[in-house]
Amino acid sequence: MKVKITVNGMLYNKHIPNDMMLLEFLRKYGYVSVKRGCDTSNCGLCTVWVEGKPVLSCSYPAARADGLHVTTLEGVKDEAASFGRYMTAQGAEQCGYCSPGFIMAVLAMRRELTDPTEEEISNYLAGNLCRCSGYAGQTRALRAWLHDKPWEKEGQA
Amino acid sequence: MNLKYVNQAIPKLDGAALTGGKGVYTEDMVPRDCLVVQVLRSPHAHARIKSIRKDAASRVPGISCILTWEDVPQIRYTLAGQSYPEPSPYDRYILERTVRYVGDPVAIVAGRDKDCVARAMRMIQVKYDILEPVLDFETALDNPIVVHPEEDYFHHFDIGGDQKRNLVSSGCDSDGDVEAALAACDVVVDRTYYTKANAQAMMETFRTYTYLDYNRRLNVVTSTQVPFHCRRTIARALGLPKNMVRVVKPRIGGGFGAKQTLVSELFPALVTLRTGKPAKIVYTRKESFQASNSRHQMRVHVKVGAMKDGTIKAVDMHALSNAGAYGEHASTTIGLVGHKSIPLYARQAAFRFSWDVVYTNTMAAGAFRGYGATQGCFAMESAINELAEKLNMDPAQLRLMNLPHVGENMAAYYNEPLTSCKLPQCIERGMEMIGWKGKYPCVKVDDHRVRGVGMAVTMQGSGISAIDTASVTIKLNDDGYYTLMIGATDMGTGCDTILAQMAAEILNCPMERITVDGVDTDHSPFDTGSYASSTTYVTGAAVVKACTELGEKIAAEGARRLNIHPERAEFDGDRVYDRTNPENAVTLDKLAQDLVVGEGTQWLTATASHCSPTSPPPFMAGFAEVEVDLETGETRVVDYVGVVDCGTVVNKNLARVQAEGGIAQGIGMALLEDINYDPKGQMVNSTFMTYKIPCRTDVPEIRVDFEESYEPNGPFGAKSIGEVVINTPSPAIAQAVYNATGVRVRSLPITAEKILMGREI
Amino acid sequence: MRENPIYGEELDLFTIKSYVFPETLEEADELLQRDARNSAILGGCCWLKLGRRISRAIDLSRLGLDQIEVKDGFLELGASVTLHQLETHPAVTSRFDGILGECVSHIVGVPFRNCATVGGSVFSRFGFSDLTCALLALDASVVLYRGGEQPLAEFMASPIAFDDILLKVRVRDDGRRAAYQSVRRSTTDFPTLAAAVSCLGGQWTVSVGARPARAVRCETAAACLNEGKGAAAAGQAAADELTYGTDLRAGADYRKKLAAVLVRRAAEQCMEENKG
Repeated sequence: MKVKITVNGMLYNKHIPNDMMLLEFLRKYGYVSVKRGCDTSNCGLCTVWVEGKPVLSCSYPAARADGLHVTTLEGVKDEAASFGRYMTAQGAEQCGYCSPGFIMAVLAMRRELTDPTEEEISNYLAGNLCRCSGYAGQTRALRAWLHDKPWEKEGQA
Repeated sequence: MNLKYVNQAIPKLDGAALTGGKGVYTEDMVPRDCLVVQVLRSPHAHARIKSIRKDAASRVPGISCILTWEDVPQIRYTLAGQSYPEPSPYDRYILERTVRYVGDPVAIVAGRDKDCVARAMRMIQVKYDILEPVLDFETALDNPIVVHPEEDYFHHFDIGGDQKRNLVSSGCDSDGDVEAALAACDVVVDRTYYTKANAQAMMETFRTYTYLDYNRRLNVVTSTQVPFHCRRTIARALGLPKNMVRVVKPRIGGGFGAKQTLVSELFPALVTLRTGKPAKIVYTRKESFQASNSRHQMRVHVKVGAMKDGTIKAVDMHALSNAGAYGEHASTTIGLVGHKSIPLYARQAAFRFSWDVVYTNTMAAGAFRGYGATQGCFAMESAINELAEKLNMDPAQLRLMNLPHVGENMAAYYNEPLTSCKLPQCIERGMEMIGWKGKYPCVKVDDHRVRGVGMAVTMQGSGISAIDTASVTIKLNDDGYYTLMIGATDMGTGCDTILAQMAAEILNCPMERITVDGVDTDHSPFDTGSYASSTTYVTGAAVVKACTELGEKIAAEGARRLNIHPERAEFDGDRVYDRTNPENAVTLDKLAQDLVVGEGTQWLTATASHCSPTSPPPFMAGFAEVEVDLETGETRVVDYVGVVDCGTVVNKNLARVQAEGGIAQGIGMALLEDINYDPKGQMVNSTFMTYKIPCRTDVPEIRVDFEESYEPNGPFGAKSIGEVVINTPSPAIAQAVYNATGVRVRSLPITAEKILMGREI
Repeated sequence: MRENPIYGEELDLFTIKSYVFPETLEEADELLQRDARNSAILGGCCWLKLGRRISRAIDLSRLGLDQIEVKDGFLELGASVTLHQLETHPAVTSRFDGILGECVSHIVGVPFRNCATVGGSVFSRFGFSDLTCALLALDASVVLYRGGEQPLAEFMASPIAFDDILLKVRVRDDGRRAAYQSVRRSTTDFPTLAAAVSCLGGQWTVSVGARPARAVRCETAAACLNEGKGAAAAGQAAADELTYGTDLRAGADYRKKLAAVLVRRAAEQCMEENKG
């Protein structure tokens, strides 16, 4: 079928297979930050935003995104890099394979929750699995980032 | 020692690329016109293929080739990534007429895209003679069903196996008269413990792409921990000369041992050879669970005896291990069960460690962080905790009075000397951090919730003694920066960074002046690979040697240009100067430029290799505090403290995260991760929906501290960290649960159901 | 029947021949009736690719079914309302002691719950569904395009009618108190067992889910509470009356014990709320 999907502000007017998932669509057009980690919607690696809301692109039909705005890590590069520096300052990225999905969930959380408690944070991010880090390094990075609020200085939305 | 780069918290060199979502992993680099490869797999645990009809499938538009057992080289090999000659038996073909587990490959299908491949796969008709499988590893030995009856089964050397008996390997190691020592003990604990075939579950599944280059050489880009072993095994299995194979390792999305065995490599490689076209395979998560490798499932029987005062006088351990359908890493993982657990208590004790590893019709096991030591630790440490109870002693005290001493030989550890150990300090620091004195054995929270604490200690190795080999080349480039070339494989652990830290320390230059890249067997120096906790210790020592040599060469070349005696020349990282007249100097930039142009050029490089005769153990003490709901059995780890002696900590952040991550995996193994097979041999926990690895809300904020000893044989005093960190959670949590509930769970995982139903008995 | 189930191929078992966005419910129904067996109404799609070959996928996401409304004395949840909306929408979180948000809060993570929908959860009648267990205790009803409104309990007990479309779930806005309890192997797993209770004017409703079969109401447990026999008696009644099974998450005996505890705890929690 024919779809018009806007990815990070760029419009894609494309013919796609009806059963194509958003993940495949995005990788096909070069958004390689989007990773697949499972086949059962359990890992969070493929997290992107549709109309600003974090969703699992592995299970989101590309057809459903017709007419909608999709954001990947590539579309929030500067903010991601800013949070990424907090991650690397802890060594918490380790293999890095879960990092893009995790960062997309974190940046969405920051927009959705004001001054979240530790419990709200872990509940929000519980679906983003990481096998390397044991999560403590991610938590330290998050805490420092939420404390410093670099997005305010950097003038990001 | 005044260290600038080593022992610091330096960010990973690839951190910005990884968190920036750059296309640096295998699948991100696949060429556009790549064939898609998928594998048709056996639905039966044990069967012989009667016939395969593939003609209709071959006619599906877009299909390039369909390969079956008749189309592959009849060469036995092992997929284990081990140094040659491998101890693992050569018991595989790429495709074989007999299938030995649900998931064994039956046909390789390659085509233009996944749709045509899927269509073709559906059209392949396979008829099987279904054979009865042997699924229970406790009944596999001498079972009438033989998993490997083939004639061309091959060993390089005797590992105590007997294929007709389903025995992959067996053996015994002992010192002293264990029977007599046990008989003389005041107290003996005699228990049997079970561990499961855990999945490594790294986030990036197995994947490989292959192509022929302009010289018709087979290029293999793959997510592997063992590029050099990969090259050798691919050449053997495909019947190619080794010089016709090149292996490239880009960034890897985790391995944890899974990628110390070849898994996905041979399928696209064979397709590329047959078609001349590039080919790729990407495993689904389910394939990664069902058709790769896992931890060895084990039953460990421990008898440990002590005198009333707590002196341990005898340890007798027998381990039975399930190799599954193929023998990768079977004879070596089993060794660590005893060799990394008994030495902690054999200082004054007779010991015996015996083992059997058996074939069954379940998925082959392989390497998983801890590599047998983890299973042994659960059994040995649980038995020690039970012994402490019988002796009415604090389990920490019991350990403190039996631990090996620095300077002594450890009979149960291949007779290697103990050259560094701060385990007693680890125990004491851990007790303090967890609040042992106030919390042991348990504290009631309310009418139905109790908190209990438990502990365990462990050791691992640092590389495989006298086998693991690393080579390093460091080059001084024009402009005075360095290229560090290694064959060790960073799989997210950060070894590229820590090895660069060592180079920066020796060459006294900022980190920015050192570049490191992934592994390419055409260009990187030989390294056995990243496994057996070898990289920091073995490759690190090679880095120190090579960089020291290059520093000397720079000083000598500087002396030549300054016209001074080499002994007067000093290299401070930025310039070479005359010690007696520091004004007389040449900068590194200038020197490096001069070295590559004109008369008297001398491009400076240094290459060094290292192999350690011993494997100095790192140590760790782990302390768990759990809260158990006595009415439901639900157990939550509310605090976990790990105190590690890995010698000098090379990178404070990365070592900490290694420890935190290892502990989290250990918590998963203790409480959640439960591989099961149905009666037909089909794995039932083969997705993240059914095989639960810990998520953020399943683990506490793990707390880690270091008690740094100085290992005289290690680079900058370092030992290893990668594996030792996974071992303690299972026994520590089992004891904490016991202290909270009175229920001893000796069979992992420790589920709420086992706890609650155990309370009723 | 073919002899080879294949892993690598599994993702591709799922195919969609045509994908349509009906403009109206009438059109959606008309499309569905043409070939109900081989068509599929798309919900959150979280497990779509684990499924089957679909000749026509009918996507309702442009029909405005993602509304949460309070009207005519009912809380109405459109079929396309996501599980995350249940956690965040004040009309939901402020009612029934927040159990509709609470009961879904353990499911995987927010990106998942931004996809999964009320319609998908309820229509599929998964045994492990947290939401149906909670809704049963709230005496909810479902509104179907063809079947009209029917009690959820009745709907849950009947076989899945693939030729109908779930439009919304309605819960009487009667101010009842409610509580939800579950046990999970890992915090984001499906429940090993779940229990929900509600109480309005001394009349109790009890439901037990993930037995592992579909959630059902337990009348004897409710009767115990109605008669003032106490929470423990209700728990025991739920353990005794309902059937429990074994699957890879737990055995039947363990589930039975859990039922007694979770129903008792939910009832106690509800009694506390009533006092407050």
